[in-house]
Amino acid sequence: MAPVDEVVALSRLQFGLTAMYHFLFVPLTLGLSWILVIMESVYVMTGREIYRDMTKFWGKLFGINFAMGVTTGITLEFQFGTNWAYYSHYVGDIFGTPLAIEGMMAFFLESTFVGLFFFGWQRLSKVQHLSVTFLVALGSSLSALWILIANGWMNHPVGAEFNYETMRMELTSISEVIFNPVAQVKFVHTVAAGYVTASMFVLGVSAWYLLKARDVDFALRSFAIAAGFGLASTLSVIVLGDESGYTAGEVNKVKLAAIEAEWHTAPAPAGITLFGLPNDKEERTDYAVKVPYVLGLIATRSVDKQVTGIQDLKKEHEVRIRNGMKSYAALMRLKSGDKSPEAVAEFKSLQDDLGYGLLLKKYTPNVVDASEEQIRLAVNDTIPKVAPLFWAFRGMVGLGILFLFIFSAAFYFLIRKRLAPQRWLLKLAVFAIPLPWIAAELGWIVAEYGRQPWTIAGILPTHLSASNVQPSSLYFSLAGFALFYTVLLVVEMALMFKYARLGPSALHTGKYHWEKQA
Amino acid sequence: MIFDYETYKVIWWCFVAVLLLGFALTDGFDFGVGMALPFLGKDDTERRVIINTIGPTWEGNQTWFIAAGGTLFAAWPLVYAAAFSGFYLALMLALFALFFRPVGFDYRSKIADPRWRSFWDWGLFIGGFVPPLIFGIAMGNVLQGVPFRYDDLLRLEYTGTFFQLLNPFGLLSGALGVAMLAMHGATFLHQKTEGAIADRARRMAIGAAVLTIALFAVAGAWAATGLPGYRITAMPDAGSVFMPPAKTVAVAAGAWMDNYSHWPLTLAFPAAAFAGALLAAALSAARRTVAAFLASGLSVAGILLTAGGAMFPFVLPSSLTPGHSLTAWDAASSHKTLAVMFWVVVIMLPIIVMYTSWVYRVLRGKVTSDHIRDNEHTAY
Repeated sequence: MAPVDEVVALSRLQFGLTAMYHFLFVPLTLGLSWILVIMESVYVMTGREIYRDMTKFWGKLFGINFAMGVTTGITLEFQFGTNWAYYSHYVGDIFGTPLAIEGMMAFFLESTFVGLFFFGWQRLSKVQHLSVTFLVALGSSLSALWILIANGWMNHPVGAEFNYETMRMELTSISEVIFNPVAQVKFVHTVAAGYVTASMFVLGVSAWYLLKARDVDFALRSFAIAAGFGLASTLSVIVLGDESGYTAGEVNKVKLAAIEAEWHTAPAPAGITLFGLPNDKEERTDYAVKVPYVLGLIATRSVDKQVTGIQDLKKEHEVRIRNGMKSYAALMRLKSGDKSPEAVAEFKSLQDDLGYGLLLKKYTPNVVDASEEQIRLAVNDTIPKVAPLFWAFRGMVGLGILFLFIFSAAFYFLIRKRLAPQRWLLKLAVFAIPLPWIAAELGWIVAEYGRQPWTIAGILPTHLSASNVQPSSLYFSLAGFALFYTVLLVVEMALMFKYARLGPSALHTGKYHWEKQA
Repeated sequence: MIFDYETYKVIWWCFVAVLLLGFALTDGFDFGVGMALPFLGKDDTERRVIINTIGPTWEGNQTWFIAAGGTLFAAWPLVYAAAFSGFYLALMLALFALFFRPVGFDYRSKIADPRWRSFWDWGLFIGGFVPPLIFGIAMGNVLQGVPFRYDDLLRLEYTGTFFQLLNPFGLLSGALGVAMLAMHGATFLHQKTEGAIADRARRMAIGAAVLTIALFAVAGAWAATGLPGYRITAMPDAGSVFMPPAKTVAVAAGAWMDNYSHWPLTLAFPAAAFAGALLAAALSAARRTVAAFLASGLSVAGILLTAGGAMFPFVLPSSLTPGHSLTAWDAASSHKTLAVMFWVVVIMLPIIVMYTSWVYRVLRGKVTSDHIRDNEHTAY
């Protein structure tokens, strides 16, 4: 029995909501932990107390954010089981492994040492404490590595094979799963985006102190570290955009075509559409502004390979769906007890298209009796709506270019020692604080919405993945998450503002702005 | 792969047990301290003392829960899927309660307003009280069997409701879960504090230990005599690849005692549960705080192993279609995944234990009111 549409829709909404909430806190943890390592390293090397104060102050803000990261993170470890039970059964054999390794190798490290980061200052030597800070940073980036290996596998499922006896995907090669090219590109792009987020945060808050002429020495040093780290990170995010991974795997081709609103396959190297209005109905982009050659270069890293257009992809998918019907019929023959070598061989020859056959489950439970109209609907399902992807991607890239400008300008004026007169830049840095979060969330929309209609690309459709839970239970949990997370987010923001306003005076050392006045 | 499939299946039952015990023994005392917080701390400084006994380390302890969840997903995906989707609302309530902790610890003392602090104290209480209650209730229901079955494509259908979980044996188990972790938390607090707080923790430890003994005795007698147990009557070879519906299972009162009569040595589990709690009470009374804490841990481990050992190889029995029950033989991942994950655990677990012990060593010693006053702005 497949879950009803309402359950699928609510489960998707809940997963999207909880994952996006979680990712409000993750990027800052990823990046700020390394910025703390840099600050504390300078302290250990030079012995100058201002760097210890910087580590402690930005560490306080780190802690406020980290608490929310943990709160929203617990949910995600269990939500595959609660809401995506069939998914968990179908791919747990592979997908569970990176999640388990994440817990044991990364999250344990991060969580065990984070307490010592805050409370170990008096009990540890300088080098010991720096090592603790380093292990927290290492743990958080390793954590991202394993999560993105899991996520990369959803987009490009390698190293696994379907087993008809257990009705699930099973691991064939752990190294293929770990060194999945899609996962590696995603990891570098995502952590670098986190480093950008944290750099912009430190840059913006420091710029605000500079504008107010408060704790200038403290702010300037923080600003300098953020500018350097931010510039390097922004360059890696842009150069190593995870779009470059989209040539691997069938479903990523769809994503790429949708991002570029590439309706027809254009001769190589394809041009990139800068702007335009994607029109799903007519399958064309109105008012398109195109730059020749660039897409082919970005996407295929070549001048002679083609980027497949949506219409051609649909034709390929129709073939695979028709094969998938045969594959499903062969599976049913095996299930009915006919395990003859011919029956097994027949299924093996067709099993790669089983997932496409399962797309029809949404329209007919028996799959094999699908009408032409139902096949047409399933083919249409294989292409997500183009406009959200097209715009989300452009929003993300546009913001990335803005970040590059801000960090470059900050870096330039800093080394020319002419930062103070550039009040426009300081103001821009303050207003840019929230933008990396928007860019990151847009990136996730491209990555995850762009994977629809699949949870596991080409293998398992989203509508089959959900648990058979009552809609009423889902309304309850969804309301609970929305309420808890929203209230906690407001509390978190209030504390962030409170401590950011206080600045290093929050450390009560007696050396900083608010304490001198009093 | 150094072991055959059947051996890995048994090893993985042990690994899951180890991870869940790690969770119960470490985060267990955090839960107990959370329960004690509003009652044992009479003013703000005392409450901060209590919070700071676990403040720097509770986060690492909670990771046992996260790691157990992830490992369950990797090694027993069917259990992960069935238990969490079946107990959907119960797990959501546990998660919501757990939300109070990370933010509660970090945010509570950042604002001085007494209403703010009192709100988070009760939040931390909920975060300490509700999860053990729910996990206990869930365990009580697992022992009775849970109403689910599979269809042809191995899609799971669960027919129970949240309120059916609140049956007498389930509630008894829930109470036992709360009592044993209250004991564990109180013995920890007794050992980490001094003066008035330590005295109150001592009384709480003794009371909770006595309650644990009583509840465990009632639950044990009930499970041994009245409760229907499950017994495999036929199944494919344990070393082969098969899914839950391939076996047949009988339900009979007293079947949960099978393992104890086959392997009498396993009676050490319930013996440890009783002896540990008795010792915890006696040693607390004698103010031998470290020994009392260790005895309490012995009792907690004994109680959980008593339940797990009675059920082996069952993990999640189905009351609706007993043959579809999940066991260590048919709920596991493929041979290859179990082998890969075997190495992950064998390598990572000792490393985790090593650095966790180092962190506890660095943070050893009692938390006092003076400590809080000296660290007004940095302590939780």
